[in-house]
Amino acid sequence: MAKTLTQEFTKGLWKEIPPFRLVLGLCPVLGVTTTMENGIGMGLATTFVLVFSNILVSALRNIIPSKVRIACFIIIIATFVVVVELLMQAYAYPLFLKLGVFIPLIVVNCIVLGRAEAFASKNNLVMSIADGLGIGIGFTLSLSALGAIREVLGTGKFLGASVFGPSYEPFTFMVQAPGAFVCLGLMLCIMNLVGSK
Amino acid sequence: MGYMEIIIGGIFVNNILLAQFLGNCPFLGTSKKMETAVGMAMAVVFVLVLAGVITWLIYTFFLVPYKLIYMRTIAFILVIAALVQFVEMFLKKSIPALYAGLGIFLPLITTNCAVLGACILNIDKELSFMKTLVQSAAYAVGFGLALILFAGVRERIILARVPKPLQDTSIGLVTAGILSLTFYAFKGMI
Repeated sequence: MAKTLTQEFTKGLWKEIPPFRLVLGLCPVLGVTTTMENGIGMGLATTFVLVFSNILVSALRNIIPSKVRIACFIIIIATFVVVVELLMQAYAYPLFLKLGVFIPLIVVNCIVLGRAEAFASKNNLVMSIADGLGIGIGFTLSLSALGAIREVLGTGKFLGASVFGPSYEPFTFMVQAPGAFVCLGLMLCIMNLVGSK
Repeated sequence: MGYMEIIIGGIFVNNILLAQFLGNCPFLGTSKKMETAVGMAMAVVFVLVLAGVITWLIYTFFLVPYKLIYMRTIAFILVIAALVQFVEMFLKKSIPALYAGLGIFLPLITTNCAVLGACILNIDKELSFMKTLVQSAAYAVGFGLALILFAGVRERIILARVPKPLQDTSIGLVTAGILSLTFYAFKGMI
């Protein structure tokens, strides 16, 4: 256990980047990434919950009895999800409407619970913050990459601005449900191909 | 909206796994073998219907009168966690055969977003009690159908020669995309 702070932070960016390396929390990944904006918004909301639940779980790790720890983690996570929900309703209402059911569903995102159980409950506060930030930013990056690919191919636009000009016939398949699965599967394939070399 | 529409819509058109993307972790996690897929599908049918009804009752008769709607997420996840625990104890005592069949999948359902997601969707659509019951059952059957179909396909993929980088989850996702495409064909029905 002689890992440095930077190692804990950077592992979330490549070595254990969700959802590619840890195949967890797929629902928001597939559900909201029709545009890059949605992807970034969802990623940041998840990062917020991840960092703060890691902080609280890590701070309370010696107080929480191990028998009821999962229930305690879920309550801690749910509290922060409600905080995010209310904050987004107040300051980013259009985005909140677009993300819809996926914001309350951060509660059952396996990545958040997985980090609380596998990391924050065993490590100190500073390490847990680094871990939460790393995984959260990695998750945001993957979501925005997937969102960008689907938006560019599916609508011919990037963040609302036209990329290919008016003659481009949008490849609508990409922004619909089946395209999400196929696109994520192919991205995973490319990651495996690059990683194996 | 009639009951027939809710049933067809819940099972095929708005299939909770392939069109709404809820519950994808167990979808990919438990679909490698037919046995585990059937176990998971049964457990979800069981819990989703119960959870849908109970969260509706709690929302309508407790959260709304006491102006606690903003506590919805916390209340629902607690209800689901307690429900899963209760169902587990009940099955262990009274139907041990079913309990043994469901095994590990029952506790895992707490963090299955299909359950919480379906409950929240029902509330957002402001359905009546009976419609909530029918809608939950339709979602649950749709989940089971998609999961079991997918498990059947995946068992065949094991026999095929898949290029190395595409193996496992990667080919699983592409297959799910094709399955999703077949469900997409029902879109015009409603």
